[in-house]
Amino acid sequence: MSDCGSPAISPAPAGIVMRWLRRLCAAALALAFFAPLTVLAEKPPRRVVSMNVCTDQLAMLLAAPGQLLSVSFLASDPGSSALAAQAPRYRPNHGLAEEIFLMEPDLVITGTYTTQVAVSMLERLGFRVEKFAFETSFDDVRKNIRRMGALLGQEQRADDMVETLDAGLQQLAANAVAELTVATYASNSYTTGRNSLSEAVIEAAGLSNLGSEVGIEGSGRLPLEVLVLAMPQIVTSDTPTYDAPALAQENFVHPAYQAVLERARTASVPAANWICGGPFNLVAAQILHDAAHAVAAQREPTDK
Amino acid sequence: MRRLPYIVLLALLTLLVAVTFVLSLLIGPSDLGMIDSFHALFSTETSIGSMVMYEIRLPRAVLGLMIGITLGLSGAVLQGFLRNPLAEPGILGISSAAALGAVLALYTGLSALFPLALPLAGLAGAFVAVLLIRAMAGANGGTLTLILAGVAVSAFAGAMSTLVLNLSPNPFAAMEILFWMLGSLTDRSMTHVWLAGPFMIVGWIMLASLARPLDTLTLGPDAAATMGINVGRLQALAVFGTAASVGAAVSVTGAIGFVGLVVPHVLRPLVGSIPSRLLPASALGGAAVLLTSDILVRVIAPGRDLKLGVLTAMVGAPFFLWLVYRSRRNEL
Repeated sequence: MSDCGSPAISPAPAGIVMRWLRRLCAAALALAFFAPLTVLAEKPPRRVVSMNVCTDQLAMLLAAPGQLLSVSFLASDPGSSALAAQAPRYRPNHGLAEEIFLMEPDLVITGTYTTQVAVSMLERLGFRVEKFAFETSFDDVRKNIRRMGALLGQEQRADDMVETLDAGLQQLAANAVAELTVATYASNSYTTGRNSLSEAVIEAAGLSNLGSEVGIEGSGRLPLEVLVLAMPQIVTSDTPTYDAPALAQENFVHPAYQAVLERARTASVPAANWICGGPFNLVAAQILHDAAHAVAAQREPTDK
Repeated sequence: MRRLPYIVLLALLTLLVAVTFVLSLLIGPSDLGMIDSFHALFSTETSIGSMVMYEIRLPRAVLGLMIGITLGLSGAVLQGFLRNPLAEPGILGISSAAALGAVLALYTGLSALFPLALPLAGLAGAFVAVLLIRAMAGANGGTLTLILAGVAVSAFAGAMSTLVLNLSPNPFAAMEILFWMLGSLTDRSMTHVWLAGPFMIVGWIMLASLARPLDTLTLGPDAAATMGINVGRLQALAVFGTAASVGAAVSVTGAIGFVGLVVPHVLRPLVGSIPSRLLPASALGGAAVLLTSDILVRVIAPGRDLKLGVLTAMVGAPFFLWLVYRSRRNEL
């Protein structure tokens, strides 16, 4: 505290004035102290709508009970959301301006590239829209968690979450196995390379990513023969199980890919654990980390 | 200018096919060198390099060869049989109908349970289209009738394929309409060769047996009939041969247009417009064109999975316009 309320040493006649002054001072202090907080946290949003599967998950983790009104329909798809089990508690939205308008949200959170037409319409209609860029590193993840916490008035929870994430990452880094390569290989032969969250997760597990070794930025096609010739020690498999077949998944039954699977160790990393940034990325990193240790354990006997 | 002797032409085309086939084996996204590739191809031990050659590049080259032969041969036979310069599996809608059959078999999961369903469904689609075209065009079908029927069949089959793909619960299916309309040989495996190959070979035999009768048919169906040609049998062979070879080809690589149109036209003056000479030349020419296109696809846009039909249409569509222009001038 300041010396504003210094003890009254003045005699009785000045007592009334002093008391009055002191009261004023206290009020001013209170104002000065609480004013910035009231601006920020006076009204944490009460009707939050999230339109993107990644913001959905951060919001579900950080929002206070009753604060989050709706999440996107993808949030309840176990193929893309790590929190699919919790999503049905909220109303689903499909990224349509009309349905979101009718929900009367006081805050709309979404991804930078999510249904841009609907988002710009909501902005025109005067809704408060906050856009989140997708994460390509753990720094981005920390930033997004803290920003979500600030928007929802849940800074403490956000800080705790970042702390948990960092502790997990440190633990993984402490006993990493060196010099193993992992390839991510998805439908249509797509893989992830430099500047992708997958790459960050792979590095967190102490591995190196084949996609970036062959010069892929973000995500791109990894030709099957490049995969075969590189023969990574670990291949992540998240063979999607859709209700119907498509050519996009034919690469998984190609004899050359099957031959890779015979030689490399497969790590089944559910896609939902590293599509979006969040504490669930640790699950993906842990699976890769365990696979690396299994490969190292297999190698040792042959080295002797 | 004197024409090349026929045997020299065939030899040159064979050489071209052989060169493009070998080039196709040597070109790939990885930096597997030429010598390593050859070594891997002929070594008996199973190395990683030989796996790349046998499981990835060889099926691609073999399918390119076989589908090129199919398109060149069927184009030449259809043009002779329908006595129409614009006849071709792609333009007549036979490829689209075959693609519809294959799409139905693949995306409903039928071909996963019973792999032969894929080429058989493609064959059935092609068969229906050929019959329909034949019925529409009549015995002396004019160019216009035939092309209109082809446009209709093609549009309908394409729309139905798109509908099936859009209704599929698999989120990737809708994007695959590109594959079925433009065709690709990327990451096809020996499984596809074994599935489609036998049907294509049976189709070729049927089509090749038409060489002599087609010579006679150039005199007109009535004259051919009086000269002892069984027109009904000829028709059956043309229909089944086209359906079997084109249906099987499309069911594993999608519809690849214009090869069947351009190749017979380019080669016809070189063989003196004799169908029996055109058929073998056109088959070889088709193979050379398709293998070249597939090499260019990999060279122009490596890693982008450019579709084959993009290249064949880039060459074929201007050629088609030129054909239209020439036929208009002749009518005047």
